[in-house]
Amino acid sequence: MTLEAFADTIVPGEKRSPDDRAVAGAAAGGGAVAAGAIELLEWDATGISEGLDGFASALDDHARAYAAEHALDLDESVPPFVALPFEHRTTLVQRLTTPGHPEKALWVSLALFSNMAFDSAAHMHTADAIAQGHPGLIALGIEKPGPDGLWRFSEYSYGRPLARLHPDTTPSGSPA
Amino acid sequence: MTSTERTDVLVVGSGFGGAIAAYHLAAGGAKVVVLERGPWLTGEDFDQDFKLGSSYTRAFDFVVGDGMSILGGNCVGGGSVVYFAAMPRAPRFVFERHGSIGRRMWPAAVSRDTLDPWYDRVAESIPIYQQEWSDVSYAGGLWAAACDHAGRTANPVPVAVDPTQCVNCNWMMAGCRFDAKKSLLFTYLPAALAHGAEIRPLHEVQHISRTDDGGYRVHYQHVDDEDYRITTGSGTIDAKVIVLAAGAGATPVILQRSEATLGTMPRAVGRYFSGNGERLNTAILNEDRVRDVLGLERGNGLAYEANQIGKGPVVANWDRLDGSLPEYERFSLEQLYFPPGLGTILAQVPGASGVSWFGVDKKEVLKRWRSWLIIFQMIEDDNEGVFGPPPERGNADRLSQQMLGIGRLRYDPTPNTLRAWALADAEVKDILERDGLAEVAAWTNDVVGAYTVHPLASCRIGDDPATSALDDRHELRGHPGIFVTDGSAVPGALTVNPAMTISALAERAIPGIVAAARERDVEVTYGAPAPNGGTATRRAAAPLIPDLMRR
Repeated sequence: MTLEAFADTIVPGEKRSPDDRAVAGAAAGGGAVAAGAIELLEWDATGISEGLDGFASALDDHARAYAAEHALDLDESVPPFVALPFEHRTTLVQRLTTPGHPEKALWVSLALFSNMAFDSAAHMHTADAIAQGHPGLIALGIEKPGPDGLWRFSEYSYGRPLARLHPDTTPSGSPA
Repeated sequence: MTSTERTDVLVVGSGFGGAIAAYHLAAGGAKVVVLERGPWLTGEDFDQDFKLGSSYTRAFDFVVGDGMSILGGNCVGGGSVVYFAAMPRAPRFVFERHGSIGRRMWPAAVSRDTLDPWYDRVAESIPIYQQEWSDVSYAGGLWAAACDHAGRTANPVPVAVDPTQCVNCNWMMAGCRFDAKKSLLFTYLPAALAHGAEIRPLHEVQHISRTDDGGYRVHYQHVDDEDYRITTGSGTIDAKVIVLAAGAGATPVILQRSEATLGTMPRAVGRYFSGNGERLNTAILNEDRVRDVLGLERGNGLAYEANQIGKGPVVANWDRLDGSLPEYERFSLEQLYFPPGLGTILAQVPGASGVSWFGVDKKEVLKRWRSWLIIFQMIEDDNEGVFGPPPERGNADRLSQQMLGIGRLRYDPTPNTLRAWALADAEVKDILERDGLAEVAAWTNDVVGAYTVHPLASCRIGDDPATSALDDRHELRGHPGIFVTDGSAVPGALTVNPAMTISALAERAIPGIVAAARERDVEVTYGAPAPNGGTATRRAAAPLIPDLMRR
């Protein structure tokens, strides 16, 4: 749940149900969680899957300290990071990923894979993800492949000169 | 498993620097073995797929450093397989740069005039096409039209892509499925194989030691085909001559690790790294303004919305490649495609104050991805990159099974570099925000540092032993018989895509390598034609060869 809340901070989405606590509902449409961030993070190909429990508990520790610092009362029925309101989750993640933070590399890698789940569905074959209505690829507007599963664009050019060439271009087409 | 074998020439890496050396030396009669860290992929191996484990992650390495991250090829053919195939020559003023050392950083023997014959040899060896406007993708056309609207010029870039085979799928970073990109897999490498060179994929060189007979021993590990974190054995090969071409992010690391066995390395090994001054901007186009201001129409009711369509960079603005401008004020601005996966995380929200690479507003920017136009800046940086002590193996601590690792490069941009990026940012804004065409924001350097796809200069040529690891013929100072021919040898940022210059320098280095091999009793001659048999450019380079072969 804590890592869902982290992924949702990177690419926010709408709540999956009215009582969804991990997903804050800060944006319309599916976000990183609906895009499969947890599936991706849990895949050992990423190299971070074995550490996930530790990362969640470290994030909750940071959330507890953050809440104390800001005199926030946290709902104890959910993990501390989940209990943080969305804007505070955002501020905390900004702090953890700021240059100079000793754990920056760790939180950046979690953010990287959370974003990858959304922008490229890196846990799925891309053509399958589009066919299944993957929320990230659909949101980006990535075109469907052709019937053979490959992309080709037969229309690709405005087809006319659109600028003057640099006067010092050599015959081979390079800068002089 | 351990095995020791002998060869005349051992080439580390099969990108431009390695493939060119392998071809010429094998064609000249030497026994050549090429060790390549990555897999050997061709044709249908090249997936159009972002799933981890597809060719996109198998053939690529993304090494995160402190202040600079490097994207590089990791396969047979190296960068030529995954690059965008832009092949411009470097402008004349580049060779006169002083950079961070206060005097000319290139060797006296190398200028645009003396390199042009070698550029010509590359152009005879790799098919390079001068694109027509009808070849230019919507994104390139949009950049050209915006430049024109702002009173600038714009040039279709020379590329190693056959327009008759290209389907404009923009998957070329995963390798070209349609054989349109004329990578080394179609040029120098098959010619090298035809002359008896051996290429061994998934062999990661770790260090080099000396043999009793004055030669060298190369120590490698076998890398698992799927999970590059795993090695499955090791071995050694003895060679009379070594050509290092593992890429500017790896060559200096191998040499650093070899210091214990080879002895002191030149001071410049692992220093003076340049990211080629690279930085990316994202413009989010206002489709109505594209239509109204620039008069662009795709014919299907859309003005643009074509970020996904094309073949990487096709149009560049070269107005600031003006040798009369001061150093650090000269740069090129090239339209580029960068696929999702790594190509959105660093984009920021135009106009945002504070952190904006993630969160609610960033998601809105992602939803306009079809209307993105990415502009690639190549400025003159200050060669400020320095490699720390090498990791246990390879050039990074591998995090993921493929692609992602943590390296040892530290890059703290100087005021010169920061100012040059700011000038380039301002120029992009001036062109693209004019008349409400777009909103522009630079990619953040705060997440994985700056970001380069063209690492250079970490083991560079020069005349001054204090600031160059190699002499002007690419031989490692103090270690005769070891040559470096990849991007590490390039002295500094080029203000344009560097593949053509890396290749020309490699071609120029060959006579010296042949001479060194002959001195070590290798029966090898210099003078092979282009890989396709062409000899048209051989005569122009001939007068330069005696000097390059003199020992």
